[in-house]
Amino acid sequence: MKYLYYPGCSLEGSAREYDRSTRVFLTAAGAELTEIEGWTCCGASAAEATSRNLALALPARNLALAEKMGGTKEILVPCSACYLNLKAVEEKVKRDAALLDRINDILAAEGLHFAGRVRVRHLLEVIVRDIGPDLISKKTTRSLAGLSIAPYYGCQCLRPYAIFDDPEAPQSMAPIIEASGAAVHHWDMGGKCCGAAHMNTKMAVGMELVRSILSRARGADAVVTVCPMCQMNLEAYQDKISKLSGENLTVTVLYLPQLLGLALGLSEQEVGLDLNLAVTAGFKEKLRESMDTAA
Amino acid sequence: MTTKVKEEIDFSDAAGSDDLTPVREMVQACIQCGTCTGSCPNEFAMDVTPRRLWRLVLTGQREEIFQSQTFTLCSACYYCTLRCPRGLPLTEAMGALKQLAAREGLTRHRQSILFYKSFLESVRRHGRVREMEFMTLYFNAMKNPLLPLRFAALGVKLMLKGKVPLQIPSKGGGALAALFRQAAELEEVP
Repeated sequence: MKYLYYPGCSLEGSAREYDRSTRVFLTAAGAELTEIEGWTCCGASAAEATSRNLALALPARNLALAEKMGGTKEILVPCSACYLNLKAVEEKVKRDAALLDRINDILAAEGLHFAGRVRVRHLLEVIVRDIGPDLISKKTTRSLAGLSIAPYYGCQCLRPYAIFDDPEAPQSMAPIIEASGAAVHHWDMGGKCCGAAHMNTKMAVGMELVRSILSRARGADAVVTVCPMCQMNLEAYQDKISKLSGENLTVTVLYLPQLLGLALGLSEQEVGLDLNLAVTAGFKEKLRESMDTAA
Repeated sequence: MTTKVKEEIDFSDAAGSDDLTPVREMVQACIQCGTCTGSCPNEFAMDVTPRRLWRLVLTGQREEIFQSQTFTLCSACYYCTLRCPRGLPLTEAMGALKQLAAREGLTRHRQSILFYKSFLESVRRHGRVREMEFMTLYFNAMKNPLLPLRFAALGVKLMLKGKVPLQIPSKGGGALAALFRQAAELEEVP
């Protein structure tokens, strides 16, 4: 299992525990990552909202850099927004040669050329398909039995490209969570939208979307995410939303590889648990209890 | 950094109506069934429903389209694109409307436009976005002294965790300046 790795900007900043846990978990699972040399921003949601050419060229630049690297042409991306931006270029140029030319006209400014020979894959797809529940179950040294986990997929790893899961009723995370010994919190909010950048520009709307998700997470010990923007929206505004809605919506929110890393015997520090914004004392206690039982 | 916004929308601009052509082509086959409206998580906050917006695009009602907040409320969840019975690229059409509003710098959509332009300016300078610089550029462009307060608590939390270094905005070497320039020059080519 060898991959080119595109971390994306958030994973160097506010989501560095996602980067850390992705690396240590994948290594523990036997995968090998090589970071794309000189990678830059994928355009996030900003390019799509301002310039069509930038929305194509910013992701394509990274695909062109990936092509220049030797070995595998599989690019692993943990952030769903980066994933979709890179994936969309991969998919579109397959069907539209004129578009590929247009992209290369822009990339020429940097002496780069994209041939269209890469395969962009979301971290969740790699965990589900390449690693799989059997291997995780076999490698689990500290069962997370006793914990109930709500799988949150968000939007852009599921839609519009239905590559590895049902975009209407996602379920790929369930067997993975169960393989760690934890139970799945059943809800119908897994594929619903967190509001993306609304928290910055349309805060009231963003808060309502997050409120509806958090209120359905009640009863779960933690929500797991596979995207830094989903993670930030779900974890950073819990106090504010609880106050506004008059109900306690506090819940632990973790990145999926953090949870799986813990199951594989990595320490809380190794998966960066101290960096999360919403990890309740109750969750930590329960986590340590389940580990003690297992030990 | 080009963050100027127009004070008023000039709807007398006849050439402007051609701008909508690519968007109209995307939604040409719309049958007004309303699946998009029924699927949209942000519809509750919209003044014009997505279904009605496509009708306005098809009939060229420029003023109503850009007066509405609908396209800026699209969070790109892709439910409408997934479910549209005609298979139309609706999320992309929303993006195309955002691009038009940004290109014309419409005051009404100033907040979203400045937010995204500040983000891209940091990318143009350094290649990768610097979160603290980006938010500082955004606050400066918005010229609203109360706006940073909304994010102060979160900013402090992130800094204490060492997740965002305190960075003073710096022009940098213009890491992606050439790419941005080329993209802008070729934007005029259809």
